[in-house]
Amino acid sequence: MSAGKSFWEMDELRIVTGAMVILGGATALLVVMPYLLLKNVPPPAALKPYDGEQLAGRQSYIANGCVYCHSQQPRDIQQAPDAKRGWGRASVAGDYAYDTPHLLGTMRTGPDLLNIGARQPSKDWHLGHLYQPRAYTPGSIMPSYPYLFVVRKGTASDGETVVNLPPPFAKPGEVVIAKPEALALVSYLLSLDRTYPALAPLPAPAAKAAAPAKEQR
Amino acid sequence: MDFTVSILLGTFLLSIAALFVFIWSLSNGLFGDGTAAATEIFAANELGRVEDPAATAVQKGGLQQAMGDASSSQMAAADAEARARADQSTSLVVGVTLTLAVVWLVLASLAGLVSSIKLHAPDWWVHYEWLTFGRIRPIHLNLVAYGWSSLAGIGVAIWLIPRLLKTELVGAKYALAGGALWSIGVFAGTVAIAMGYSDGLEWLEYPWQIDILLVVGGALVGIPLWLTLLQRKVRHLYVSVWYIGAGLLWFPTMFLIANWPGLHFGVQQATMNWWFGHNVLGLWFTPLGLAAAYYFIPKVLGKPIHSYNLSLLGFWGLAFFYSQVGGHHLIGGPVPSWLITISIVQSMMMVIPVFAVAVNQHMTVLGNFRALIYSPTLRFIVLGAMMYTAASVQGSLEALRAVNTVTHFTHYTVAHAHLGLYGFFSMVMFGSIYFIMPRVMNWEWPYPRLISLHFWLVLVGFAIYFIWLSIGGWLQGLAMLDENKPFMQSVALTLPYLEARSIGGGLMTLGHLVFAAHFFAMGWKFGPSRLGAALLGKPTLARLPAQELAA
Repeated sequence: MSAGKSFWEMDELRIVTGAMVILGGATALLVVMPYLLLKNVPPPAALKPYDGEQLAGRQSYIANGCVYCHSQQPRDIQQAPDAKRGWGRASVAGDYAYDTPHLLGTMRTGPDLLNIGARQPSKDWHLGHLYQPRAYTPGSIMPSYPYLFVVRKGTASDGETVVNLPPPFAKPGEVVIAKPEALALVSYLLSLDRTYPALAPLPAPAAKAAAPAKEQR
Repeated sequence: MDFTVSILLGTFLLSIAALFVFIWSLSNGLFGDGTAAATEIFAANELGRVEDPAATAVQKGGLQQAMGDASSSQMAAADAEARARADQSTSLVVGVTLTLAVVWLVLASLAGLVSSIKLHAPDWWVHYEWLTFGRIRPIHLNLVAYGWSSLAGIGVAIWLIPRLLKTELVGAKYALAGGALWSIGVFAGTVAIAMGYSDGLEWLEYPWQIDILLVVGGALVGIPLWLTLLQRKVRHLYVSVWYIGAGLLWFPTMFLIANWPGLHFGVQQATMNWWFGHNVLGLWFTPLGLAAAYYFIPKVLGKPIHSYNLSLLGFWGLAFFYSQVGGHHLIGGPVPSWLITISIVQSMMMVIPVFAVAVNQHMTVLGNFRALIYSPTLRFIVLGAMMYTAASVQGSLEALRAVNTVTHFTHYTVAHAHLGLYGFFSMVMFGSIYFIMPRVMNWEWPYPRLISLHFWLVLVGFAIYFIWLSIGGWLQGLAMLDENKPFMQSVALTLPYLEARSIGGGLMTLGHLVFAAHFFAMGWKFGPSRLGAALLGKPTLARLPAQELAA
């Protein structure tokens, strides 16, 4: 062994201290600093916390891995035409005040969903689209989610939500009924609406620059 | 002063100070033990002698011929005996760990293939919740990362420790317990994702209760390293020990911070997510992969690495720069721009450690490329080392805002991730396992042709996978940036490329099945027991016919 060597000449100590100091620095920069900076960011007044059903739907969004194809972070118009696609203004930290775990996402195999509730406010559309995406968007590669629905012959009973599919996909004598999980998921999707201004109104012209583009379908 | 300006100024001053400390430590010899350490992996008088237990007798002859005459270099019997004992001391724990890794590899490949097919056949197998794309894809990622890659890396690292320290492994039972806990964690995590109990963060899907198994398991796996270090019989620590030691410290620390329940929130959690997501590659898989490459390339060739000091520069460069690059995953996102800028700068600085490794390993192999024909181990590892350079340079470029604007959110990034974790890391692991298992089992690979078949299947499969998915991803990114094109056009144009990816992935999976079959055939001691074994120690001698022993 390295008998007689001073502290700094022992390789083991160099590895341990060097490795941990460097990791500590990186952690301070990428984890602790954002923590301190964002800890006290107040939620925007226009942003409502999720209700119970929406939270259940959010869990379903996580469980079924929607995040692997859909981002929730529109980019600035100077970088990408996200706003022109109706995805909304560039998002800010406050928009995610109630979002833990975060669902920013890394893929756009499908479109960004941060404002899907504003862009597509139809519950019927969402239910049918979850049951069979290709009934509404030809060429879509989103999976269908038949396990969120019950399909049976006959009619629906009281209190059941029937999915109204467009003609070629609706089969005569058959009803498609949304399970509670599907209803919760749609309730969450409809709650996704950050179309309020990112900044509190300021004197012009700053207020003008911060105003969001009107959401379009 | 403005916060952003002060933090950038602070970072700048800190970097300048660090540079001076670095130069000072270099000039005072604190940086490492110089060239003597480079030969520490060889026994006395062993330089010049090739070693590849995966090679057949004919290949071994060719390999030695390619490296020149070695009649003058002959290990002392005592040294050979000591090395056999060192190998013996790890055989159980390494055998178990690598077997688990291979099982996870097969399952991970199947999950990956199913995910890939689902992207162009969206109504295929949709009736089972656990098979939906959003579950089978994270199952694939986690099985690859924590099942195959981590356990293969751990197995290889444990096998290397006694070889690097020239002593027997101390505390193998801790590693065995750690590996078992870890595997239970991977199994439970997979079931959790399949059932919909995911934490929802990429690379961190396992619920925190299960993460405890990986933190404790990872820490236990590290214990034999520290115990064996106390018994080391070498003067210098070879660079592989630096990488393994740091990696075994880094992973449990990061995984613990990242999974701490209730600590992270909103956008802060996103920065933490990518601090971890990139560090698990840079500070866990990369160190284990490089440790193996730094051992096996010189060991197979029987010649020390080109520059030992360069390898330590690479180590510290990787540690410092790689640990800060995570923010480049959030370019354009709702995070402070100073954080993104720092990550982009450090991503570019990664060129330094990457070239340190690339130059070092290339200069070591230079002039001996014929050796690749004869050594199955080297074929995989040298290819993997080249892909490390390619993946790293590509990664640095992808961090640039202009490039990232196109590639972010597309399949291009997926292809890049596979270049790193598959092209580099998995290839290095394949080569290492081919070298190690004959020592562990005291048995040669029964069907050498299957090694070639495995190599060509995964090489061709991966080439198809990477090239087509990269092109498709780039076109997808360009289409998304063109506001005149409807979004659906960016989806439709990727379809042929996604189908090509499934073909490539299918070939890779086939290669893994061949590899696994061969692995288990060896485990059950199938195949002819050929003579001229590469093995050392008594078990081999017992297998040699009497007249050969007499001769």
